[in-house]
Amino acid sequence: MRRAGRTSPSARSLALVRVAMPALFLAGVAGFLVLGILGLALARHAGGRPVVYGASAALSAILCLVAAYDLIAAVGPSHELVLPLGLPWIGAHFRIDALSAAFLVVVNLGAGAASLFGLGDGRHEEAPERVLPFYPLFLAGMNLVVLAADAFTFLFAWELMSLASWALVLAHHRAAGNVRAGYVYLMMAGFGTLMLVLAFGLLAGHAGTYEFGMMRVSAPGALVAGAVLGLALLGAGSKAGLVPLHVWLPLAHPAAPSHVSALMSGVMTKVAVYGFVRIVFDLLGPPDWWWSMVVLALGGITAVLGVLYALMQHDLKRLLAYHTVENIGIIFAGLGLALAFKANAMPAAAALALTGALFHVLNHMLFKSLLFFGSGAVLSATGERDMERLGGLIGAMPLTAFAFLAGSLAISALPPLNGFVSEWLIFQAILLSPALPQWGLKLMVPAIGAMLALSAALAAACFVKAFGVTFLGRGRSGAAGRAREADRFSLAAMLALVGLCVLCGILPGFVIDALAPVAQPLVGGHMPAQAGIQWLSIVPVEESRSSYNGLLVFLFIAVAAWLSAVAVHRWASRAVRRGPAWDCGFPDASPATEYTAGSFAQPIRRVFGTLVFRARESVDMPAPGDMRPARFEVQLRDLIWELVYVPISDAVGAIATRLNFVQFLTIQRYLALVFVSLVGLLVALAVAP
Amino acid sequence: MTWDVAVNLAIQGGQMLVVLLLAPLLTGFVRKVKARLLRRQGPPVLQPYRDLLRLLRKEVVLADSASWVFRVAPYLIFAATWVAAALVPTFGLGLTFSWSADLIVIAGLLGSARFFLALAGLDVGTSFGGIGSSREVMIASLAEPALIIVVFTLALIAGSTQLSTIAGVMESGAVGLRVSLLLALVALIIVAIAENGRIPVDNPATHLELTMVHEAMVLEYSGRHLALIELAAFLKLLLYVSVIACVFAPWGLARPDAAPAALGIGLGAYVGKLAVAGFLLALFETSIAKMRVFRVPVFLGAALMLALLGTLLMFVTRVR
Repeated sequence: MRRAGRTSPSARSLALVRVAMPALFLAGVAGFLVLGILGLALARHAGGRPVVYGASAALSAILCLVAAYDLIAAVGPSHELVLPLGLPWIGAHFRIDALSAAFLVVVNLGAGAASLFGLGDGRHEEAPERVLPFYPLFLAGMNLVVLAADAFTFLFAWELMSLASWALVLAHHRAAGNVRAGYVYLMMAGFGTLMLVLAFGLLAGHAGTYEFGMMRVSAPGALVAGAVLGLALLGAGSKAGLVPLHVWLPLAHPAAPSHVSALMSGVMTKVAVYGFVRIVFDLLGPPDWWWSMVVLALGGITAVLGVLYALMQHDLKRLLAYHTVENIGIIFAGLGLALAFKANAMPAAAALALTGALFHVLNHMLFKSLLFFGSGAVLSATGERDMERLGGLIGAMPLTAFAFLAGSLAISALPPLNGFVSEWLIFQAILLSPALPQWGLKLMVPAIGAMLALSAALAAACFVKAFGVTFLGRGRSGAAGRAREADRFSLAAMLALVGLCVLCGILPGFVIDALAPVAQPLVGGHMPAQAGIQWLSIVPVEESRSSYNGLLVFLFIAVAAWLSAVAVHRWASRAVRRGPAWDCGFPDASPATEYTAGSFAQPIRRVFGTLVFRARESVDMPAPGDMRPARFEVQLRDLIWELVYVPISDAVGAIATRLNFVQFLTIQRYLALVFVSLVGLLVALAVAP
Repeated sequence: MTWDVAVNLAIQGGQMLVVLLLAPLLTGFVRKVKARLLRRQGPPVLQPYRDLLRLLRKEVVLADSASWVFRVAPYLIFAATWVAAALVPTFGLGLTFSWSADLIVIAGLLGSARFFLALAGLDVGTSFGGIGSSREVMIASLAEPALIIVVFTLALIAGSTQLSTIAGVMESGAVGLRVSLLLALVALIIVAIAENGRIPVDNPATHLELTMVHEAMVLEYSGRHLALIELAAFLKLLLYVSVIACVFAPWGLARPDAAPAALGIGLGAYVGKLAVAGFLLALFETSIAKMRVFRVPVFLGAALMLALLGTLLMFVTRVR
């Protein structure tokens, strides 16, 4: 269903648009590169910040609108633009189809909002010369990944994105822990790119065709395709944050300046999702059904573990970073379902699952950016990220608090906001899966549904904690008392995203329709058109099965709340008296008696933490009469770090120690070593088929 | 055609009023039965109405540290719960707006209400609110997935997540007895008990800090705010009873194009179902002791596992 007929640009102008589209976006990327150079030149200048962020915001907004036009007008796949850059016999290929257009909307919308926030919040930056040159470079890298139409350009752009963001993570390199965060990130980014290099190598095959167009038509064998899936999961998954490859996210995302954190969490992880979708749904050909088992299992585990880790955090930005892990899990669960349906030739169901996942990509970009902006505003206002030292900020920062509350509702998948819609779509896809023929999937999908439901409920708990402890109650430190409301650019960025969260929640039909041309080529079907449905409801399959109307639910709640408030105030009572809170006979309770983030999470830690984190609580209570303070300690163990990463790093260390002697050989021995390895490689080549 | 629309609109409007008017009665009835079972006289059945009116007329005493969240939350909690309760078929299936929200949305609306209630508990900054909120979200984090999985089972049986369709399919008798249904029923009852803060999960009649969840969260509320929160709690109990009744005991539900007499029968049947459910709840509560807070996860984990088992059975046995 292309709606090109309705917007009706004539065929000739459409053809022109198809030719011009990649060039337009490349011009945008060039603009970002120029801004990077400007940022380098103006870094210490007072005008640097407004110029770089202002221009970035404007450029991103333009690119976002163009991409949205491309998507909504269903321009179709653009012509491939080949530039004589990169490897001489390949060149650099650029092409925009509906999938790239959808992700260009996500990337540039997030980039625009982050630039707007940076325009205001950037004034608190201590080291602008370490941020301004790399920030536009980061945006250019993310755009280029989505534009690339050959493996070399893709990998180059991927590395540009990784390295620029790595530089931004190290912007505050003197702060404790940031150097380690940067190191872990660099390691994981290198690992991920290596996996992608291998994946593309396998896709290219013996012929060495690095263009995506050629990869698409050549069908690899079952074994090779399975290997590519595994490599794509490792490569894109490590960037996106799939468990157990997520370890760098909660270190690196919070270390960067707040608007960069928002970009890394809200947008860069989506570029990784793009990489996965591009390779597995587009380039790899028809899927085997067991692929979906792997993706579903990883998605479900990632969703639950991500939110459990988040619940245990009391650093606001780290909590948000762990939540990104959770949402990536939800997205991959949707993608896994889509793979399962695609493998069994059920295009309508596959389109539903894929649309749900892609809708969640957009939603997560919106509310995660919003929440990181909120945490950034709190950080700038108080200098604190530790929730145990915050509290009561709703008084000093009412608008920031409102925006953070809206983001919390959205990310907790509560109706009528946007997070609910995409999870609802994925649930509807799960309900179609008894028709899948394979027993493995029949047994697995309900469990995945349970895990998604569990993660949604835990997310709500987590954001009650995040919002409640940070913004409600009484301030727990002097820093919380001195807070001031954020500046107007930061507020504009946050409130704009609040508006988009509400709009996507109450008018989801338009987003679903815009995603129809994305799903069509990837799974061979699309969801039914939603725009013509009465009252702007959404109907994923058929009306007797399920339907949802966010607009009406929103209106019902608003009207019911308003009516009850008016009625109560009119006919009952409107008197208000202020008084001290009930103190149980202990007046002047200090804010230290308030519930903290740690105590709020204690029941959930008892329920889940003993298994997942080997949580141990120890109480050191002095004997009666003893005046020393009592102590309460909680020990949590990160089992994934201990069981996966520590052994690997130990093994690498041990091997390096063993091989240390190779550093101190004579020249003859070196030459012998080189000769032996050369012969070995030649023999291997000769033996290999 | 327009006549049908008008009738359905009237049913929808009537439904909103019926749930609002019957909710305090159900709670009053349960309290009365509980008191009689304990050989006490107990307050009159209409006492909850009097309490609500008295609270509505009183002034609100706000803690100094309370923010706007504290003042807005009662209205939002009430509105979300009321909307959810208005979309559950009670006496008739012809709800005009039932297509605007399915059972998953109703679960989500209750989640929204709980989100604000838990925030309100944290807003004043006393330990009581915090203890209530943190326990409430712990209970919800297990009860909500169990509810969603029960919805999966029902949806797979009826081929729809719309509650009216599910009730219609159940009423038609085409389903018959199924193990999955039984498992779903047990899980749903456990969820309902936990979500409504009834014994053995929480005690709605106590103010003892070691045991309370819901009452701890609303400790700082007074006057009209408290009235709305109480009314929302009454509505939630009614909602769960209505869901269980319309799925597992759909007898007497008026068809969408029903005559007034059928509506009357539906209403009578509904009141009868409420009375039976209220009596059973009171009997259950009287015969069991409150459990420790950290036994609750085991109780709810059982619901989660039963519901999952029911869904798995559906997945395995059904191709549809």
